[in-house]
Amino acid sequence: MSNQDELELLQELGETVGTPKLKEKVRMSCNHVDVFYNETAQAIFDVSVDLGKNQILAMIGPSGCGKSTLLRCLNRMNDTIDGCIVNGEITLDDEDIYNKTIDPVLLRANVGMVFQKPNPFPKSIYDNVAYGPRLHGLTKNASELDDLVEESLTKAGLWKETKDRLNKPGTGLSGGQQQRLCIARTIAVKPEVILMDEPTSALDPIATATIEELMYDLKSFYTIAVVTHSMQQAARISDRTAYFHLGRLVEVNNTDDVFTNPEHKLTENYITGRFG
Amino acid sequence: MNTQDHISQAYNDELEEVRSKVLTMGGLVEDHFQGATKALLKGDTELASDIAKYDYKVNALEVEIDDDCTSLIARRQPTAGDLRNVFAVIKIVTDLERIGDESEKIASFVTELSVDTKSMTIYNSLKSMIKTAREILSAALDCYARLDAKQALEVAKLDEDLDSNFNDLKRTLITYLIEDVKNIEDFIRVMWCARSIERVGDHAKNICQYVVYVAHGNDIRHITDQKD
Repeated sequence: MSNQDELELLQELGETVGTPKLKEKVRMSCNHVDVFYNETAQAIFDVSVDLGKNQILAMIGPSGCGKSTLLRCLNRMNDTIDGCIVNGEITLDDEDIYNKTIDPVLLRANVGMVFQKPNPFPKSIYDNVAYGPRLHGLTKNASELDDLVEESLTKAGLWKETKDRLNKPGTGLSGGQQQRLCIARTIAVKPEVILMDEPTSALDPIATATIEELMYDLKSFYTIAVVTHSMQQAARISDRTAYFHLGRLVEVNNTDDVFTNPEHKLTENYITGRFG
Repeated sequence: MNTQDHISQAYNDELEEVRSKVLTMGGLVEDHFQGATKALLKGDTELASDIAKYDYKVNALEVEIDDDCTSLIARRQPTAGDLRNVFAVIKIVTDLERIGDESEKIASFVTELSVDTKSMTIYNSLKSMIKTAREILSAALDCYARLDAKQALEVAKLDEDLDSNFNDLKRTLITYLIEDVKNIEDFIRVMWCARSIERVGDHAKNICQYVVYVAHGNDIRHITDQKD
């Protein structure tokens, strides 16, 4: 598809197609969100989308389409970027997360994030998981903290592999194990939503499959939004898929529909490998 | 949904090759059906023997195209329109192969007929059925070649005419079966031929439905069954 065709398709783009807003089971909601870097450069244009409770939303699109920018808005990670302005409304359980009364540190405990490259602290496996609960004072005593560490590592599918080496450094684990450790660390502060920014792009296929399986298990407890460059991964793991293009949310729909019969031509062209 | 415009030219080529093979198979099947029904109307046993002999070519193409589709799914993981296209191809080649089988059956019965169908009173009805079936098959393949869903819906409706022709012919043949016991075997052979011609219409209708699926993603099969 030529750039001209692509431009014409974009000009035709009106409202997002599909079902951006859910009638029930909404955990997070974006309403008419615009994001600017340094006032002049707009990265996100009028995006409205809901994250369903206990669902995985996959965010896909070519590089620079704004999917990671939007993900980072969901736990105010963009607050740390100078000149970044977020307009519109983003709510967690109907509460505006950009409200001045909201403490971003607490918000980031409620809406945790897992990054592309596993980034364990240079501490023991135990301390990596215990760090957050200690910071937020989530446990009353050492025994409770032990239980929470075990529960978090179990949910992250890492307990069996690490229970006998909890005092060894987290950085000594394999890449896939380190990523699961980061997930355990996120879970330990009892979040409601987990954001994942290309969580498996630095992992081999086996570790990727383990993380994907883990995401499937985790959605019974949490709401998950995942940015991925792998369309097959989006197809495998997500309940709903959102396709972004040049800062606009083109289409969001049930993953089955997006990958078998997308509504928008741009979505079709992207997922069938006609541009990217 | 065209097969072109992917970033990968090799992917374009692979999809186009499969499409081209389906069209070749369609052409071959159309020729066989044309030949078998011509042999039936003319009592041409030599032509009928040839048709029966060459069904293996159709079967070989079915296997080859299925293999290409398996490889496409494994290596390319097609999605959206491409996925519907590949799945429709797998379905279409099955229908085409069965049309080939029906043509082979007709050809085999022709070689066993002891009388010319021209001498039978049902000749004109048979001729009319064959004309409709040929038209449906040809139009269905045309719809696939152009991925014309609108036309495919129209063509699929023609199968009802063919079913109705078959029922009329069947009733007439039953009368003859009762009245003319001496020629009972020939009547039964013609009945089987008519049944095969009617089945060709059904398979062509299926092809039309797959064309709609590829073009719009709607599965229109069995819609009337669900209403019932």
